[in-house]
Amino acid sequence: IVPTQGELKFHYTVHTSLDVVEEKISGVGKALADQRELYLGLLYPTEDYKVYGYVTNSKVKFVIVVDSSNTSLRDNEIRSMFRKLHNSFTDVMCNPFYNPGDPIQSKAFDSIVSTMMVQAC
Amino acid sequence: MESLTLSDVEQKYYSELFLSCDVDNTKKVASNGKVLDLFRAAQLSNEVVHQITELCGATRLGHFGRSQFYIALKLIALAQSGLALRVESLNSVRDLPLPRFVMGKNEQETRHAVMFADTENQGSYFPRHPGRVQAKKVSAHEMIQPCVPTVDPQPDTTSPVVSPHQSPPTSPHAWRKHKRQASGGNVDRQPSVPGVVWPPFREAQPGPVTGDGMWSAHSPPPVQESWVSFTDTPPSSTLPMHPPSAQPESTTVRTVPSAMTTNEIQRQISGYDDPWKITDEQRQYYINQFKTIQADLTGLIPGSAAKEFFTKSKLPILELSHIWELSDFDKDGALTLDEFCAAFHLVVARKNGYDLPEKLPESLMPKLIDLDDSAGVPEPAPEVGFSASPVEVTPNKSPSMPSLNQNWSELNQSNEQWETFSERSSSSQTLTQFDSNIAPADPDTAIVHPVPIRMTPSKIHMQEMELKRTGSDHTHPTSPLMAKPPELSDETKLAATIKFPGTTVGDGYSSSDSFTSDQEPISSAVNRQRSHSGTSPEGLKVVAPPPPPPRPHASHSRSSSLDMNRNFAAVPAGPQQPGVVAFPPAVPPRPLPTQTSVPHGHRSVEGDGLPAHTSTSPHQMPEQPNFADFSQFQAFAVDQPADDGENASDSGQAERCAETTGTMKTAKNDVQSEERNATTVNSTKVSTPLAPPPKPVRRRLKSEDELRPDVEDLPQKSNIIATVLATQPSIPRSIGKDKKAIQASIRRNKETNTVLARLNSELQQQLKDLLEERISLEVQLEQLRPFSHL
Repeated sequence: IVPTQGELKFHYTVHTSLDVVEEKISGVGKALADQRELYLGLLYPTEDYKVYGYVTNSKVKFVIVVDSSNTSLRDNEIRSMFRKLHNSFTDVMCNPFYNPGDPIQSKAFDSIVSTMMVQAC
Repeated sequence: MESLTLSDVEQKYYSELFLSCDVDNTKKVASNGKVLDLFRAAQLSNEVVHQITELCGATRLGHFGRSQFYIALKLIALAQSGLALRVESLNSVRDLPLPRFVMGKNEQETRHAVMFADTENQGSYFPRHPGRVQAKKVSAHEMIQPCVPTVDPQPDTTSPVVSPHQSPPTSPHAWRKHKRQASGGNVDRQPSVPGVVWPPFREAQPGPVTGDGMWSAHSPPPVQESWVSFTDTPPSSTLPMHPPSAQPESTTVRTVPSAMTTNEIQRQISGYDDPWKITDEQRQYYINQFKTIQADLTGLIPGSAAKEFFTKSKLPILELSHIWELSDFDKDGALTLDEFCAAFHLVVARKNGYDLPEKLPESLMPKLIDLDDSAGVPEPAPEVGFSASPVEVTPNKSPSMPSLNQNWSELNQSNEQWETFSERSSSSQTLTQFDSNIAPADPDTAIVHPVPIRMTPSKIHMQEMELKRTGSDHTHPTSPLMAKPPELSDETKLAATIKFPGTTVGDGYSSSDSFTSDQEPISSAVNRQRSHSGTSPEGLKVVAPPPPPPRPHASHSRSSSLDMNRNFAAVPAGPQQPGVVAFPPAVPPRPLPTQTSVPHGHRSVEGDGLPAHTSTSPHQMPEQPNFADFSQFQAFAVDQPADDGENASDSGQAERCAETTGTMKTAKNDVQSEERNATTVNSTKVSTPLAPPPKPVRRRLKSEDELRPDVEDLPQKSNIIATVLATQPSIPRSIGKDKKAIQASIRRNKETNTVLARLNSELQQQLKDLLEERISLEVQLEQLRPFSHL
């Protein structure tokens, strides 16, 4: 689901979802060592789409926004998507030329993310 | 010393040269030996060299400082241009061409080293690089023609460092000098060159190595000229290399150059076929560069060091990042020698104007070391296998490139997969799905990211069941795998207790994945991996159940099964060790029932015990646990020595099963069970113990739907037992003394049963309460959350 339109709206959604993620993280008393906790699940069903959260061990947060109309996406599929995302992200991180915080310009990463999204649709 | 003004070009060139001579890395003094070699390479007579040395003041100082060095270089340029060596001329002569030195082909590569090693002159080199293209062929011809050797990019990267891109005026100028130089050089060369030989393409490696350090200081612009001159000199320099053919006559020079050009052309032609192929000299050069960073050729260059190194090449960070992505094959953040060579090669190509490929070319694949015919590359070969532990297997095994690449990438993926999964785990309750559709269609694809294998939670139990019955089918593919790394086998053992949520499942699956990928080179097919990964969850379970035969009994059940396992673990031990059972007689009327006929009494009591035991299980899993339990019962039944003992244990286990899965029994149900038990007792024996217990159990399960508090349970239980016991005396006693021993053991078993059952019921009640609390809290949370964010 490519946010080609209303990109601003998606940005807004992602930002608000970050608040939810923060709340969830702070709510967990124990150490975040499990992927079970890394995957935050359905953050907040709102309006016409769902937001899924996922946080890595390094506090990097992934947010996936999905149309509510697309009910074919099961929870496990979302998890697999997050896993792929995480793997691609670690590959990008391994690159010593990549400064954490820069927008990711890795073509391989982009291709993988695009492929994943196409599959999800 | 006289003040020396150098043009920018000269400045850069001289500093380059200085650094090349600065073997000791003092940044201040150039070693005399190197300097003298350099000067000799300028193809000047020794006398001239002496003069220059004196003029620059080195003789006074006894060493070559930077300024002396620069002056010397300038004087050399003067000398080479045929001008008189005078100090005054240092600053007066304008448009003085840079001093030329005989350089080998290697110098072109070493020049590359200069780019990286010479941090001070970075800016000077690289602006020229975009225009740099190597075209030996053309320049070879230029040796004959005074044309500017500006060559457009050609797909020949065998000597990528060469950049004939230069201003027209200088080249003819240089060319003229070449002629002069050639003529003059010929005379001098033989005596002077030996130590400075430029190794032609054919030459052995050792030569360039020595020349590397010497010529590393040459900057591109002078290189261009010198490179042009090289084409001239190479043929000439071959003269000393080939003493038999060494003749100062121009005719020889002519013929040799032609031979050289043909060689070059041939080399270039071969290069055209594979533009990314690394030549021997290049590889040797890369290896040398690798050594400067990492002395151990089998070791890794950490990412940070590599970053610094390649940043010196002044390529944009984005391109360097791309190069890194391509070359770091195993995605470990470090470069092996192979990866380093590939990265270096890509940088060189990029500097020559070639666009970076989207995926790593085949010739640059790390494992290609084995296929390289280069002589000086035996070292990197073992290091290829060194890169990653499980990956080691691949390069050494598969000879074919595509399959190897495929395997490597799969292995890498699997490594990552394994590593990532070891970090994160998935709960068994929300079993993650794994897709096993890894299929790098193009072997040259850099990395295909790992895809988890799909598995649905609902299948787990089914698979377990299946595996128990048809374990042999899957053990074959998995057993060899499982035999491999011990740590992974630990994980599989963990996975064996799949009922434990969380870590084990994920690890088990990932380990199986990595196993499958390890097998890849041996099996050589992606399909195998796919199919295997498809079976791996099952295979996993195959491994899981076998170790502890009674254990799988626990796997299929969820929360309450823990208690069940404990109970069952305890119970089997009980009958086998009658003496061990030492439970306090919680229920007073207990001893009585055992007096009656063994099968009947036992049955009835146990049957009563069954309903008496309160078990509240919020989970609806009546069928399966019973199922598994009963298979267990059979297992235990076999072990039991006495039939009655077997009956007892079996029934006891059936009771256990019923207890955990059933619920509270009302008195009415107890009566029903009594009746049932009576009927079952009548039809009993070893063969049928399993059948009746399930039926009454199931009936109880169906009949129950209520939850009773523990407090009520216990009194009820005692009441029930009391009533049962009261009825028992009515049962006719037809058993003789010989069965008293058995009855005693049965009694003990029953004691154990009752105690454990009571414990079980209490725990389950607590569990139920906690679950209720949790549900309520979750509901509250759900209700509260939207409000907090709206």
